[in-house]
Amino acid sequence: MTQFLQLAISGLMLGCIYGLIAMGFVIVFKATNVVNFAHASIVMLGAFLVAKWHGSLGFFGAIGAAAVACALAAVALEIAFLRPLRKRVRSVDALAIMTIALNILLGTELVRAVGNDLLPSGAPWGADTTNVFGAAIPQARIAAAVVALVLMGIFYVIFTRSNWGVAMRAAASEPEAAALMGIRLGRVAGGSWAVAGALAAIGGAFFVSFPAGGVSNVTGLLALSAIPVAVLGGLDSTAGAIVAGLIIGVAQQLAAGYQDELSFLGRGLSNVIPYVVLFVVLLWRPTGLFGTRELTRV
Amino acid sequence: MSRARIAWIALIAVLVWLPQYAEAFWMQTGLFAMSAAIGAIGLTLLVGTTGQLSLAHAFFVGIGAYGYCYFAGDSGAAGTPLSAPDGLGLPPLAAGILAVLLAGLAGAAFSPIAARLKGIYLGLASIGLVFIGQHIMQNASGITGGFNGRDAKPFSLFGFEFSNTNPDNFDVFGVPYGQLERLWYLGLVLVLLSAWYARNLLRNRPGRALEAIRDSEVAAAVMGVNVPLYRGAAFMVSSMYAGLAGVMLALAFSRIVPESFNFLYSIDFLVMIVIGGLGSVGGAVLGAVVVSALPQVLLHYADRLPIVASPGGSGLQPNDAARFLYGAAVVGVLILASGGSAGLARRFRGAQPTSKEKTA
Repeated sequence: MTQFLQLAISGLMLGCIYGLIAMGFVIVFKATNVVNFAHASIVMLGAFLVAKWHGSLGFFGAIGAAAVACALAAVALEIAFLRPLRKRVRSVDALAIMTIALNILLGTELVRAVGNDLLPSGAPWGADTTNVFGAAIPQARIAAAVVALVLMGIFYVIFTRSNWGVAMRAAASEPEAAALMGIRLGRVAGGSWAVAGALAAIGGAFFVSFPAGGVSNVTGLLALSAIPVAVLGGLDSTAGAIVAGLIIGVAQQLAAGYQDELSFLGRGLSNVIPYVVLFVVLLWRPTGLFGTRELTRV
Repeated sequence: MSRARIAWIALIAVLVWLPQYAEAFWMQTGLFAMSAAIGAIGLTLLVGTTGQLSLAHAFFVGIGAYGYCYFAGDSGAAGTPLSAPDGLGLPPLAAGILAVLLAGLAGAAFSPIAARLKGIYLGLASIGLVFIGQHIMQNASGITGGFNGRDAKPFSLFGFEFSNTNPDNFDVFGVPYGQLERLWYLGLVLVLLSAWYARNLLRNRPGRALEAIRDSEVAAAVMGVNVPLYRGAAFMVSSMYAGLAGVMLALAFSRIVPESFNFLYSIDFLVMIVIGGLGSVGGAVLGAVVVSALPQVLLHYADRLPIVASPGGSGLQPNDAARFLYGAAVVGVLILASGGSAGLARRFRGAQPTSKEKTA
């Protein structure tokens, strides 16, 4: 029972990070209709910059700087590549393929930069644990969960209360009407990419800090798990991203913790469990847990 | 005879004659390109014609490759020292056909999900197949050989083996034809048959139905197209092409490992058909040749190219250089498409035809 509790709590905390990364993915999709595969590379870029800068800026300073850098990078991608394409082609697929190509370019460069090394992220916790309800939980996970929850809270307030949040939701639900009401769609789009970039950097820094301890050349591939999380929650639901993050975090931790009992399903099950959960849920709800059903108008 | 037809015949003649001169390196590269071409034709039917984004192609290629090895492999080989993976010991031709059917079956088995999910949701969910597939390939070691993979039995047809032996010394105009040269002709025939079948499919009723679905599902249904059936069928046919590509790949490599059928391989297929122009069979073949040959060619000439470093040396590795080049090519095609080159943007569902295309 202690083991179960330990895995479940640890999984929920891992899930917070997944939720944070997937939230950026969802925000971009809502505001600009882009399924952003390059998000995985931006996560890796954030983690990479933190690994580079933590020596001079400290861990949290490096995260702040990386968040700004990734926000700028994401906006640059949006303005340079996605915006011209979106003006001409309204198809989700074409935009998705564009981000796949950007992910190839950015990902290849990052893998080259990281090489075969493990660059430590400089998180101050190491492998220390703290007791939570009688279960030993790594401090790195607790810190990650606290940061993620605070950020989620801040963004919840921004989405529901601020002008920018209302503008974004208006632009997402009815772009033409929003534009006629004086909402500048370009600015909303840029803003959403910036937010997603910053969230990716912060999420990425915590994502690589534990248990791996740093950035390696597979970080970009691992960060792709944000996609099943976002799809599971429903591509256009920020709350869904968080719930799905928690579900997948717990499922992954349980699969890793009970791998001896589950050995008949093969080694490395925890890497594929997000996709197994995804398939099961999609059979039941084709647009994810909280996604809006697509209606067809003739 | 049209000029295009003369060009085609000339090209085929050159390809038929090529094994007389080309070194083993070019033969090997060509075989990979042929395998990729077959797979890319299948994917362009699904993504380009039906408008259904799929990132699971590597999974179905893997099914074809492992299926062939399993069906053709020696039965009861488990007793050998390294405990080789099991097989059914079927004749290679039957094994090849069964492997293609198996890939089609896997595509059909995915259809409960494929039929329920729409648009981008299916594209994203299909990523899962690649990861789950790799997990199975690495763990079902009784069939797949696990992490180390398994050997592929050479193909043979009516006693003629597509390997270095049997017949042992097989010379054509004084040039010895070994495994690579023999497979070259098999590959050529398979690519031509695949392209011919796909073109016929597109020009007939099924192709029109699939295009109608891509342009508007509702309109297609109103016109009497059975949308779920055709979408399922497109998925299945595309998987069978992938299966054939897998068989070809297994023969060309002689050995397959799970690592080959990863997510990046799926992305490669998508890049091929985007560079070639979505929905175009010839374009898919061209894209496949470019994407699969580029890393090999850069590797081959690394010491003579300016920016590219030779493998192991410091600087830009040939593999990375190839990825940069074709990543940039996709960006270029997407940005410039609706300007001049063949109505690519219009092929995407929901895109507006440009004024040029309207008047054409």
